[in-house]
Amino acid sequence: MTDLAPLPAGSGCRDVPVLKQRGQREVFCGLTGIIWLHRKMQDAFFLVVGSRTCAHLLQAAAGVMIFAEPRFGTAILEEKDLAGLADANVELDREVARLLSRRPDIRQLFLVGSCPSEVIKLDLARAAERLSAAHAPHVRVLNYSGSGIETTFTQGEDACLAAMVPVLPATDARQLLVVGALPDVVEDQMLGLLADLGVGTVRVLPARRSSALPAVGPNTVVVLAQPFLGDTLAALERRGARHLPAPFPFGEEGTTQWLAAVAREFGVPSQTFDAVTAAPRARARKAVAAATETLRGRSVFFFPDSQLEIPLARFLTRECGMTAVEVGTPYLHTAIVGPDLGLLAPGPVISEGQDVDLQLDRARAARPDLTVCGLGLANPLEAEGLTTKWAIELVFTPVHFYEQAGDLAGLFARPLRRKAVLKAGVPA
Amino acid sequence: MKLTVWTYEGPPHVGAMRVATAMRGLHYVLHAPQGDTYADLLFTMIERRDRRPPVTYTTFQARDLGADTAGLFRSACRDAFDRFRPEAMIVGASCTAELIQDDPGGLAETMGLPVPVIPLELPSYSRKENFGADETFLQIVRALAKPMDRTPQFSVNLLGPTALGFRHRDDVEELRRLIESLGIAVNVVAPFGATPTDIARMGAAHANVLMYPETGESAARWLEKTLSQPWTKTVPIGVAATRAFIGEVLALAGRDALVDESRLRLPWWSASVDSTYLTGKRVFVFGDATHAMALARVARDEIGFEVVGLGCYNREFARPMRVLAKEFGLEALITDDYLDVEAAIAAAAPELILGTQMERHTAKRLGIPCAVISAPVHVQDFPARYSPVMGFEGANVLFDTLVHPLVMGLEEHLLTMFRDDFEFHDAAGPSHHGGHAPRAVAEDSTGASKPTAEAPAEPVVSTVGVVWLPAAENELKKIPFFVRGKARRNTEAYAAQKGVTAISVETLYEAKAHYAR
Ligand code: SF4
Ligand code: SF4
Repeated sequence: MTDLAPLPAGSGCRDVPVLKQRGQREVFCGLTGIIWLHRKMQDAFFLVVGSRTCAHLLQAAAGVMIFAEPRFGTAILEEKDLAGLADANVELDREVARLLSRRPDIRQLFLVGSCPSEVIKLDLARAAERLSAAHAPHVRVLNYSGSGIETTFTQGEDACLAAMVPVLPATDARQLLVVGALPDVVEDQMLGLLADLGVGTVRVLPARRSSALPAVGPNTVVVLAQPFLGDTLAALERRGARHLPAPFPFGEEGTTQWLAAVAREFGVPSQTFDAVTAAPRARARKAVAAATETLRGRSVFFFPDSQLEIPLARFLTRECGMTAVEVGTPYLHTAIVGPDLGLLAPGPVISEGQDVDLQLDRARAARPDLTVCGLGLANPLEAEGLTTKWAIELVFTPVHFYEQAGDLAGLFARPLRRKAVLKAGVPA
Repeated sequence: MKLTVWTYEGPPHVGAMRVATAMRGLHYVLHAPQGDTYADLLFTMIERRDRRPPVTYTTFQARDLGADTAGLFRSACRDAFDRFRPEAMIVGASCTAELIQDDPGGLAETMGLPVPVIPLELPSYSRKENFGADETFLQIVRALAKPMDRTPQFSVNLLGPTALGFRHRDDVEELRRLIESLGIAVNVVAPFGATPTDIARMGAAHANVLMYPETGESAARWLEKTLSQPWTKTVPIGVAATRAFIGEVLALAGRDALVDESRLRLPWWSASVDSTYLTGKRVFVFGDATHAMALARVARDEIGFEVVGLGCYNREFARPMRVLAKEFGLEALITDDYLDVEAAIAAAAPELILGTQMERHTAKRLGIPCAVISAPVHVQDFPARYSPVMGFEGANVLFDTLVHPLVMGLEEHLLTMFRDDFEFHDAAGPSHHGGHAPRAVAEDSTGASKPTAEAPAEPVVSTVGVVWLPAAENELKKIPFFVRGKARRNTEAYAAQKGVTAISVETLYEAKAHYAR
C-alpha cells in the first residue's frame, strides 16, 4: 500500500526548536466550545457552573446568534453559594431539576466546570453522579471542566469528549472511529468517502444524538478530525483503541493524506483509492487554485488560538504558496500534529504558549501580509496597517475535506482581496 | 445560584474596562484567567475600536494556584508599567481572582511604581457592569481630582460617558455644542477621552453635567461633597428634557442665553399630518433606567404613543423607575431576566418595542417592530453617521428611530383595505424594510418557522381561558399584523369582562366598538 499518496522526504519542522514564552495569553477559555458543541449534539444541554463572567463570555462568543432557546446556560454562583458548599450542591440540584422538567428533549446533560467552580473545589464529578442517579434512565449527566485555568479554547471540546469516553459501550469489532465535532454536512461527505473506499464500520464521536454513541475497544482504530483532542485520544487509548496518526484533512493534500492513512490501515486497494479520490481531488485543487492567485508569495503569521495552526500553516504553505513567518499554537501536541509538522518546510518560528505583547512586537517587526489572530487583536492590527483573518472563523466554518478546501483557502484570501478592493483609505 | 442564558450586564470588571478603555493614559492590570480576555473583543469588534483596551491580564493558570499567583500579578504590573508608561494605573481582580484573595491593590502599593495606582474593589458575585463602571470612575476621581481655582468663565465637566455606551460618542459632541452655544465652557469630559491629568483638573469646573447616572452618579456626588460642584439632575433626552436641562444649566451659571432651536425638527415632524397615525400606538419600553425613563416620556409626550409597559434591568434605579411608571399608570418591570421581559411584552402585545439588543431578538421572535434605545447593544447600533440621542439633534434622531420600524401611515390604510392582496398582504411588513421586516410568524422551540395565518379547524383556547370560535379566529387574521395583537388582547379582555367564554365574530366587533377611540 506504500504507493498511496507518498509523503515527501525530510523531517520538516519536526525537530526545530520551539519558542516558549510565558506572559499574557490572549485566548478564549474552553467554555467557548459549547457554542458549537451544543449545535452538534442535538439532545445535549451544557450547564456551566460559573460566574457572570462565564455567562458573558458565552454571550460574546455567540455574538448575535441568539437561538430561540439555546441548549446551554450558566448557573451563576452568587455570594451565598460561596459561603457554604452544601448550599451550592442543593442549589445545583434544584436548577437541574427545573431545567430538565422544562426541557424533556434533553437526554445528556453536561455540567461544565469553570474557574470559580474549580477554585472553590465544587465537586462536579460527584454532582454528576448524584444527578445521573436521580434522573436515570432518561438523562445521563456528565461533567468536564472548560475553565480558563485549565483549558484553552478548543481544549473545551477535548475535555467534553474525553468525559464521554468512559461511558461509551465496549466492542471487540474492528472499526474506525473518527473523533472531533464536524459540521453535519462535512461529516456526511467524510462518511461518504470512507464508505466508497470500503473501510467498513465507521463511527463518529461526538454523535449527533446520545442514542447513537459509538462503542470502543481493542480493535478500534482512532483517527482524529481535529488536532486539539489529546486528552480524548489518551482516554480512548486507555480503552484499548489504537491511534492512527495522519496529517489533518485540510486542503487537497491534507485530505488525501488523511484518507490514505485510513486506506493503508484498512487495506484499501490503490485502484479503489484513486477511483474514489480522483474527482474530488481535482475539484479541490481547482477550487484552491482560485484563491491561490491571491495568496501565492504572501507571508502569514499565526497567533495561537485553536491548535489548528500547524495543519493550517502546512496547507497555506504547501497548497497555496504562502510563506509562514511564525506559527503560534496554544499547545503543541507533537504526537498528534507530528505528520503536519513533518510536512511544514523549515523556516517559520514555531511557538507554543504566548506572551502577547512580545508576540505583537514580532508581528509588527515582520509585517506579514496576513496575520491570523483572535478578535481582540484584529482591528487594532488592521489599524496599524496589517491585514488580518479572525481565527475563530476557522472553527465556526466548514473547512475540512475536499469540498471545503476552496472555502478554506478563500477565508484567507478574502481579507487580502478586500484590502485590494477598498479605495477610500482610512484617515489617520 | 441562578440559571442565565443572556445577560444585560457583564461582570463589574467589564464596567471598569469601559472606563479604562474610554480614557487615555490609564492602564488597568486585571488579575484574571486567560478566558477573561474575551472582553477585549467587546471593544475591538462591537465598538470597532482601533486599539486594544489598555488592559493587562495576568492569565494565571491552574498550576500557578498552588505556587505564586501574587508574584505573577506583580510582574504583570511591572511589565505593564514599563511597556505602556501610563500616567496612572488601576488594579483589581476578576471573579476568579477575587476567590484566591491575592489583594491586587495591596500588592501594587508595595511596588513603589512612580505613578498613582488606584485599587478597585468590585464584588463580582453580587454586583454587575454598571456598578463596576460607576465605582471605577468614582475611585479614579477620588484619587486624582483636587480642589483648585475655578476657571474664569463658567464651566462644567461632562460626567459618565464610557466606552461601549449607547451613543456616548455622539451625545458628548452634541452636549458640548449645546453647552458652548450657551456661553458656557466645557472643562473636562470624563471618562470618555480624558487622561488622568484631565481628571486632576476637574476641580476647575463650576458644576458638573451628569450625562449618565448609571456610570457617573457616584463621582458626581463625591465631587459635590468634596469640591462643592453642583450637578444637573435632568438627562437631556427628548425636547422637553433638553429644554429643562438648558434651564438647569443656565440657573447654575446664573445667566441667561438665547437658545437656538433652529435645528430642532421633532415637534413639527410630530405635528405634521402624516404623523397622525402614530397616535396612541402601544409601545413597550425597557432598557437601562435612564434611557427607558427618558424614552417613555418622549414616546408619550412628543410622539403621541401610549406607553403600555415600562421597566429597567438595573435594580439600582428601581426607585425612580417605579415612581415614573406609576405616573404612567403602570407597574414598573424591574428584572434582569430577559425571559421575564419577553413574557411581559407578550402579555402587553405592544405595537412597538423600545429596548436593548435582547428585546430586539424578543421582538423578532414575537413579530413585533422594535427600536434599540439602550445598552447593551450590538455592532449595528454603533452607527458610522452622527446620531446622538441627547439634545435637539438627539430628539430628531429619536423621531426617526421610533417611527422607522413602523408601517407608514398611508401604507397602514392600504394594508387594511387590501388585506388579501397577494403581495400586499400584511405579513409582508413595512415596505421600506426589505428583508428586515418583522414577521408575522412564530418560531417554535425547534427553530422551525410556521405561519400563524393558518386557518384553525378547532376553536383556539386563549391564554386567559376564553375560546376563539373558528370564524372569529379567521376574522382576526384579516386584521393587519401590527394591530392584531391589540385586537386579540382587547377582545379577550372584553369577553372576560362580559363573562363571555366563546368569542364569536360578534364579540370581536363589540369589543372593537367598546375600545373605539
Ligand atoms: S476564564 Fe474562567 S472565569 Fe473566565 S469565562 Fe472562562 S471559565 Fe469563566
Ligand atoms: S434582524 Fe437584524 S439585528 Fe436582528 S439578528 Fe438579524 S441582522 Fe441582527
